[in-house]
Amino acid sequence: MNLFEFCFGIIHWLVDLVNHLWYWLGDHLPWVFGDFFDWAGDLARSHGNIAFFAIMAEVVIMVVIALVNVLNFIWIDRKWMGRMFDFYGPYYVGYRIGGWLQNLADGIKLFVKEIITPTKVDKIGFLLGPVIFVASSVLALATIQFSPRFGVFTNGIDTGVSASLLIAFAFFAIAPFAILVMGWSSNNKYTLIGGLRSAAQMMSYEIPMLLCVASVFLLAGDFSFMGVVSAQHDVWFAIPLVIGFFVFLTCMVAEVEIQPFDLPEAEAELVEGWTTEYPGFRFGLFMMTSYMRGYIGGALVTALFLGGWQGPALIPDEFWFLIKAYLVFLVIEWMRWSNMRVRVDQLLNIGWKRLMPLAVLNLLIAVALKTMGWF
Amino acid sequence: MAEMWINMGPQHPMTHGLWNLRIKVDGETIVDAEPEVGYLHRGIEKLCEDRTYTQIIPIADRLCYGASLAWSHLYCMTVEDLMGIEVPERAEYIRVAALEMQRIASHLMWLAAYAADLGAMIGFIYSMRDREVFIDILQALSGSRITYNFPRIGGVAHDVYPTFERDTLRACGYMEKKLKEYEDLYEGSKVFMMRNEGVGVLKKQDAMNLGVTGPSLRASGVKYDIRKDMPYSVYPEIDFEPATHPDCDCYSRFKVRMDEMYQSCRIIRQAVAKMPKGKWRVLAPRNGPVGTGIGRVEDPRGEGMMYVVGNGTDRPYRLKIRSPIFVSVSAAPKMLIGYKVADVVAIMGGLDMCIGETDR
Repeated sequence: MNLFEFCFGIIHWLVDLVNHLWYWLGDHLPWVFGDFFDWAGDLARSHGNIAFFAIMAEVVIMVVIALVNVLNFIWIDRKWMGRMFDFYGPYYVGYRIGGWLQNLADGIKLFVKEIITPTKVDKIGFLLGPVIFVASSVLALATIQFSPRFGVFTNGIDTGVSASLLIAFAFFAIAPFAILVMGWSSNNKYTLIGGLRSAAQMMSYEIPMLLCVASVFLLAGDFSFMGVVSAQHDVWFAIPLVIGFFVFLTCMVAEVEIQPFDLPEAEAELVEGWTTEYPGFRFGLFMMTSYMRGYIGGALVTALFLGGWQGPALIPDEFWFLIKAYLVFLVIEWMRWSNMRVRVDQLLNIGWKRLMPLAVLNLLIAVALKTMGWF
Repeated sequence: MAEMWINMGPQHPMTHGLWNLRIKVDGETIVDAEPEVGYLHRGIEKLCEDRTYTQIIPIADRLCYGASLAWSHLYCMTVEDLMGIEVPERAEYIRVAALEMQRIASHLMWLAAYAADLGAMIGFIYSMRDREVFIDILQALSGSRITYNFPRIGGVAHDVYPTFERDTLRACGYMEKKLKEYEDLYEGSKVFMMRNEGVGVLKKQDAMNLGVTGPSLRASGVKYDIRKDMPYSVYPEIDFEPATHPDCDCYSRFKVRMDEMYQSCRIIRQAVAKMPKGKWRVLAPRNGPVGTGIGRVEDPRGEGMMYVVGNGTDRPYRLKIRSPIFVSVSAAPKMLIGYKVADVVAIMGGLDMCIGETDR
């Protein structure tokens, strides 16, 4: 049973439950209404309708699970940072579970703060930007597939939607647009520079990243999570495409905007970059979203290069996927807390002069491997 | 993109303290810069005119939060020059040991701020942790952690505590070990070298013309250290080498400060070993004579100078303070023009700004 069938069953059961009442009402009302009730009940019971609501339920389940994971990520990040920085990390809030509740406490603190909209901002962009930013990241979050049976792109008929990874990347790439809009509309020089930096950074790192993704698609011969992961049954793509793996990881760090490449929100020179004018819970949303994107990054690296959910059958597939994603996230955080920030021209140089040729080389290796018939 | 002025400060994470750096940017490149100081003016020179000589010592402490001992020592030295007091040798050695510990603590605080500016929070935490070692010794010595109020006119407030020698040597050993770790952390980092090498070049001639002193001047290749060139206290009897570096860039300023911490450890070891027995304080007269006194020291940030005029009463007629950073910050445009906005933090961080003494 996969997630779709599970949701389908639950929705079906709920609809039937309501329909019992509905048909009973139809039987006991005058015939004009009774026919309408029967018609409406049949429509609600139709396969298409139930499938639609089942997919809705799937998305809700995936996002809730992912958000719990994101809370976990923030906690792990703080603990991991604490160990590296010679202190304990969160400790007192949720004392018995290792300070896990600190995130919730911070969230509540941000939630009760005043939401200030400066008078001279461009209202539409200022208010719509966060919506686009958070919504696109949540959508990308919902596309992550944990196992053949657990993900939004599972349905009853075949094993998955054929372009699910492409959809994930498409959602993932919307964010810089929102950042640019927010930076521009905040009417502040720091946010403007932050937004422009973000645009330049995303533009120059998207290309090597997608070249690496293209090499993976080439070897797998498929655009979906299912196809890419099942193609790694014998050997993970991180082994033949080792260059691509590291290029992709670096690009992912830049896309997620964390430490060596966190120029758009470089707090030492740009105050808080494009988030400067957003106080209170909006800032909390941005912070959560940046971790969310870190999590998506870890999950995508896992699916593309580290064999996805494949592993010895000691524990369920979903847990293998999560363990790998967490490990990738830990490595990213390790880079974050032990590195300094590069300068903007150095950032672009790294992107265009180092990563781009390496990504092309990686693509050539993938083509060679494919033509040799080894994959 | 059109050129625009950006205010970095008075409330900005780059400014360690309350000052304003106005920069004119063309895209991300700096085409003009203009430091503005004076936000933290407390009128300390005027305050001093209404205090007795002894009461000024704690005020002199408040000149700089990073190196308060250096300033109260400078004040005491100046007034001793005015009054013609001979300080006991033991007091001088205690002062030198404490001053060098203060120098290490100050440089560590600079390193913490510098690393945090460049984005390495790990450097901030490590430096602050190791600074604690020296702060603890100074606390045991003087009773407080930031403003020590330890030197007195004619000596120091009290003798060293019984385990001072053991603690100090242990701290020096610890620090020398940690300095190697720092060098691995920073110089081993490609990103750190990318951000520092060739950035913020201040040529030797420019540095001398603009009156830059201290580590920033030595980082431009000028071997000028008041402890060597115009020796005061017992520095002539101590063997050390002022750190210099010829590269004139931010890395050079980093390197000079790191080397100075090594040298400070050397000085502390010698001062503790050579410390004679005897008195640690002579009593100073309440009223100063009519006349002038001058003192010049090598503050952790540069050359600190005080000039006091006495009029025969128990209060100074005038006290002039020469702050190193007030002069050094005027070199900011020379260093900044032509570099990127992101380099501002590296360049101005390399100067080790301390606004308390700059604005007085």
